[in-house]
Amino acid sequence: MRAAKRLKISQHNRTAYLFLLPWLIGFLGLTAGPMLGSLYLSLTKFDLLSPPTWIGLDNYRQIFTEDNTFSGSLWLTFTYVFLSVPLRLIFALLVAMALNKGIRALGIYRTVYYIPSLLGGSVAIAIVWRQIFDGEGAVNKLLGFFGITGPSWISHPDYIVYTIVTLSIWQFGSAMVIFLAGLKQVPGDLYEAAQMDGAGKIGQFFKITLPMLTPVIFFNLIMSMINSFQVFTPAFVIGDGRGGPLDATMFYTLYLYLQGFSYFNMGYAAALAWLMLLIIGGFTAILFLTSKFWVFYGDSKDGR
Amino acid sequence: MQAKLIYTKGLKHVLIIGFGLLMLYPVLWLISSSFKPNQLIFSQPGLWPSRFTLDNYINGWRGLSGISFGTFFMNSAVISVLSVLGNVITCSLAAFAFARLNFRFKSLLFALMLVTIMVPYHVTLIPQYIIFNELEWINTYYPLVLPKWLATDSFFILLMVQFIRGIPRELDESATIDGCGQSQIYWRIILPLLLPALITTAIFTFIWTWDDFFSQMIYLSDIRLFTVQLGIRSLFDPSGSSDWGALLAMSTLSLVPISLIFMIFQRYFLEGIATTGLK
Repeated sequence: MRAAKRLKISQHNRTAYLFLLPWLIGFLGLTAGPMLGSLYLSLTKFDLLSPPTWIGLDNYRQIFTEDNTFSGSLWLTFTYVFLSVPLRLIFALLVAMALNKGIRALGIYRTVYYIPSLLGGSVAIAIVWRQIFDGEGAVNKLLGFFGITGPSWISHPDYIVYTIVTLSIWQFGSAMVIFLAGLKQVPGDLYEAAQMDGAGKIGQFFKITLPMLTPVIFFNLIMSMINSFQVFTPAFVIGDGRGGPLDATMFYTLYLYLQGFSYFNMGYAAALAWLMLLIIGGFTAILFLTSKFWVFYGDSKDGR
Repeated sequence: MQAKLIYTKGLKHVLIIGFGLLMLYPVLWLISSSFKPNQLIFSQPGLWPSRFTLDNYINGWRGLSGISFGTFFMNSAVISVLSVLGNVITCSLAAFAFARLNFRFKSLLFALMLVTIMVPYHVTLIPQYIIFNELEWINTYYPLVLPKWLATDSFFILLMVQFIRGIPRELDESATIDGCGQSQIYWRIILPLLLPALITTAIFTFIWTWDDFFSQMIYLSDIRLFTVQLGIRSLFDPSGSSDWGALLAMSTLSLVPISLIFMIFQRYFLEGIATTGLK
């Protein structure tokens, strides 16, 4: 009896692992294995041609004490993440609020605002961005119309990062769609009750809408932060592909790419990659730990 | 009162439409410039071409070093379709196991799967490159497609697990009574009901693969294997001497497949984003 049961369980295990097999191979061979591999490589000097030589923590020491490009690229990436993520979410929320109140032709507007998110990741749009922000481009013509002389956004190292930030904000559509869905879930009687208690529009927004949306905001915040840290294509295409002008487009991933695949300092690049994992992991952990203070799950089960 | 309401409503629509046009301007600029003769692209600011030409498309289609853009489109299509199939098949297999089957180390493996969503591609990049280099797979499509056939996009597994959890277990149980094994339950019951999630996965895998630039650039240097994104990047010379007409024409074409998919599957798109937070 017991033997039969055990046989049944092991059969279960076998079926389940057959289903899991592709994932398991991928997890071990392409994710977990390589993660450990790059941890090991980060402690070596390796140029792909000769075998890696162990140098201990030397790569990390060099990164933190001697490498100005590292700190520059880290700050640039932080600037990008901390500007683009909140601004994109705020934009998305504002437009979602404007579209939410039973507006006519919502479907069309939603589509129009979503199109940038759909196309924005391509090389094509990055090239367009470079052109419309160029000294003589559409943005400066528009500013000139209001009597403002815009700078040369692309060639000036102080401004090019804002060009890349706007490209990210421009793609607020996907977050907006998520907010629209979230807004629909807010029960209408909450607003009625608030109105009876004499809450104004602004009060309703801060006391009802915003708290009810916090699970959605939390989820959006985490996913866009993780993605923003990994931004590459706009930096590569809008800049010159080597971090210029004056390292103003030397985003973290671009620096990692150049170290690994242009200078073939693969050990060094692996160390950069692990630091990136720790930074992203750290920020994710902070968001999760603080979430209990500001994310409101209410009593609905599928708040997410 | 009524008149004022109509007035504010109308104003709101005007604002929303105006803002929408502003949002679409970069895309419209791209399309309109691709039909302008080269010397007019930067001198004539209006969106409507004063002289209309198809030369840019003819020139651009010729491509690079004798390889036409047709080849690049074909290559991108092959990679994207193979990636879509891989993700749909292997992610749904794994999701079925996680959502419906019991096995040893299930909760540990599930937790590990969730953690990998957060892991940036760059952490696995260098060892993966070394492995694929050892296998002599540089300048092949295996490094781009194989990961999808091994369900490494765990985000989609999570999406499908959540979807499968919403499918009533009574369906599985009655199928078991009818003598179905687990693989038949997967094939006959879960997979058909999972269709919306499969379509969402397929759409986003297609778009992300089509737009992917980083890994294509790393693994492909043979121009005959170039994808659309690599082709466009090669037409583009940051120092400024590009054939802008051709570049913008091919850029416009590169957005067509994604736009078509969006038009066909719009409903799944917006639902998919709303329920999963996909980009």
